Amino acid sequence: MRKVAIYGKGGIGKSTTTQNTVAGLSEMGKKVMVVGCDPKADSTRLLLGGLAQRSVLDTLREEGEDVELDDIRTEGFCESLCVESGGPEPGVGCAGRGIITSINLLEQLGAYDKDENLDYVFYDVLGDVVCGGFAMPIRDGKAEEIYIVCSGEMMAMYAANNICKGILKFAESGNVRLGGLICNSRKVDNEKEMIQEFAKRLGTQMIHFVPRDNDVQRAEINRKTVIEWNPECGQASEYRQLAQSINENDQFVIPKPLKIPELESLLLEYGLFN
Amino acid sequence: MLQSTTAEIKPRSALRVNPAKTCQPIGALYAALGIHGCMPHSHGSQGCCAYHRSHLTRHYKEPVVATTSSFTEGASVFGGLANMTQALTNIFSIYNPDIVAVHTTCLSEVIGDDIPMMIKKSYDDGIIPSGKLVIHANTPSFVGSHMTGFSNMTKAMVTYLSDRNGSTKNQLNLIPGFIDPADMRELKRLAAMMNVNIVMFPDTSDVLDLPQTGIYKMYPKGGVSIPQLKSTGDSIATLALGHFASYAAATALNDKWEVTNAFLELPIGLGPTDRFINALRNYAGVDVPESIVQERGRLLDMISDMQQYFHGKRVAVAGDNDNVIALVQFLTELDMKPVYVITGSPGNHFETRVGEILKEQVPDAVIKQNTDLFALHQWMKNGPVDLIIGNTYCKYIARAENTPFVRFGFPILDRMTHRIFPTVGYMGAIRLMDKMFDAMMDHKDRECPEELFELVQ
Repeated sequence: MRKVAIYGKGGIGKSTTTQNTVAGLSEMGKKVMVVGCDPKADSTRLLLGGLAQRSVLDTLREEGEDVELDDIRTEGFCESLCVESGGPEPGVGCAGRGIITSINLLEQLGAYDKDENLDYVFYDVLGDVVCGGFAMPIRDGKAEEIYIVCSGEMMAMYAANNICKGILKFAESGNVRLGGLICNSRKVDNEKEMIQEFAKRLGTQMIHFVPRDNDVQRAEINRKTVIEWNPECGQASEYRQLAQSINENDQFVIPKPLKIPELESLLLEYGLFN
Repeated sequence: MLQSTTAEIKPRSALRVNPAKTCQPIGALYAALGIHGCMPHSHGSQGCCAYHRSHLTRHYKEPVVATTSSFTEGASVFGGLANMTQALTNIFSIYNPDIVAVHTTCLSEVIGDDIPMMIKKSYDDGIIPSGKLVIHANTPSFVGSHMTGFSNMTKAMVTYLSDRNGSTKNQLNLIPGFIDPADMRELKRLAAMMNVNIVMFPDTSDVLDLPQTGIYKMYPKGGVSIPQLKSTGDSIATLALGHFASYAAATALNDKWEVTNAFLELPIGLGPTDRFINALRNYAGVDVPESIVQERGRLLDMISDMQQYFHGKRVAVAGDNDNVIALVQFLTELDMKPVYVITGSPGNHFETRVGEILKEQVPDAVIKQNTDLFALHQWMKNGPVDLIIGNTYCKYIARAENTPFVRFGFPILDRMTHRIFPTVGYMGAIRLMDKMFDAMMDHKDRECPEELFELVQ
């Protein structure tokens, strides 16, 4: 079983990219479980065709200890398995602890057991690795490969670099490695080349360049992944390609985060000089 | 003090009044003391550790030593790695234990400190001297109770330390559950009488029931040794006493080294002790010696002598789930009626199992897990009992209701001898009967009308 975590700046398209990639992998016949680690519990909406699912933490609060795997896990597109960790309302409680609790619970309930025959687990994690709780998916024995979704915008690259610092910390004592950057294009000048260079300097690769296409928004409004909504469209084959690349990936590294001036000079070189 | 408790029971959803459980780290700290040469370490703020130490000291009447990461505002924000590193450096250079057993606190749990990473880093950076060990258990108190903490630390002994060299050793693993040092000593005595080699973990006898020698030793002679813990993978089988305290460790040992498991209840009373002796006999392939048969016979004789006084007496029982499950069986053997049976610890197995035990004899018994002493008191207001059995906190109810009271379980803060006299085994059962009988008879002699005041019973 490959355990994958997707990180990236808020709003960069982590959930969309994750779900479309999962759709691609599921279509290939892989058994995939997606664990949404966002208090908004919207990481599996496209696979499930809506937000109907009850989150792990809501279930835990209402049912006490009598939680069963089927209460919190729902089957989505192409037999993918979807779990939402959930969490507190904005401004209260502790979302980080929520992630720790729900991943522990999933382990206790045997969601990762051999007899589940999973090929992949995907953790879709909110934003940055802001605290211990949000790092739970990359602790030793949890996710072993990380993909960072970014774009050519400065803040997205800045966040990606920061996430690499988090990975570095855990990679020193554990098995977690960076699998690559996924560039979710914002149509920035020279974006592809810049992210390729950025990836190279981090010691990794750009595993796929996902072009910007409004079909993604059209599929989203229909609560579907692109592959489900229109299997024939160009964007669907982009996600298939990304799924394929992840499936074949064998380049797992300990990243070398950049110093801020180095990151800025990269932006200047690729962004402003042309 | 509890004179104003009312008989009218109103629904409560979140409120606990006079809880019947305590923090996970208390159980983890107690279990860690059952490893020879171990320093328990609390990863959190100082107040947690101070409370846990004093609570254990008040029960065991021995100094309980533990260290803390001494979190401050800074550690809470930046994570506890620096504090842990400093703590381990200090502990090994000042107190020089063989092993440090780290347990977490609510604070370090909430901020998500990754203890295995910290331990690994400390090994890599040479903070932990060679030949020394550090293990850990996660013990957030907002999950479970002190029973869970005990279970988690016992399991950590297995996951970190158990090993196998391939050839099966002529020994049984014994996971005793959350019982007093005197009880652990009694289990060892019974095993020795049977000629069975056991590795008991944890083992707090000769740690928290020390003789007075005038010399203080930070690491007394007792406790399971590290070579013993390492050998647990080579044992014939594991006897795990108590579902809540011992199941996790026994299962982990089975998962890791495929050591056969026998799940038993605590040997409190006749039947449960018989099952324990029988398990020793079966797994070690030995005969039960005459001396044990005689002990059992003396208990049986006591039961038949006293049965007329115990018969039909209504009892309220409060305590830790494993211990209460066993005790309730003993009470039914005495023909008593445990009408209210509670534990503060969560876990549905408690209600299921006690319900099963009482189905025939006390079909209308009120059995509840995850509840408090206030609930028990209110039930007693509605239907009084002849005897209360529970920890020291029940003394307030006993006083308010003028009801005989026997102290049993953890903690006992206001009496002394529970760490010397066992409650497990046939002898432990005799002692429990003695205490129950005395409590009920003293009460009768004090309260009864003159015409019922008897010289001879």
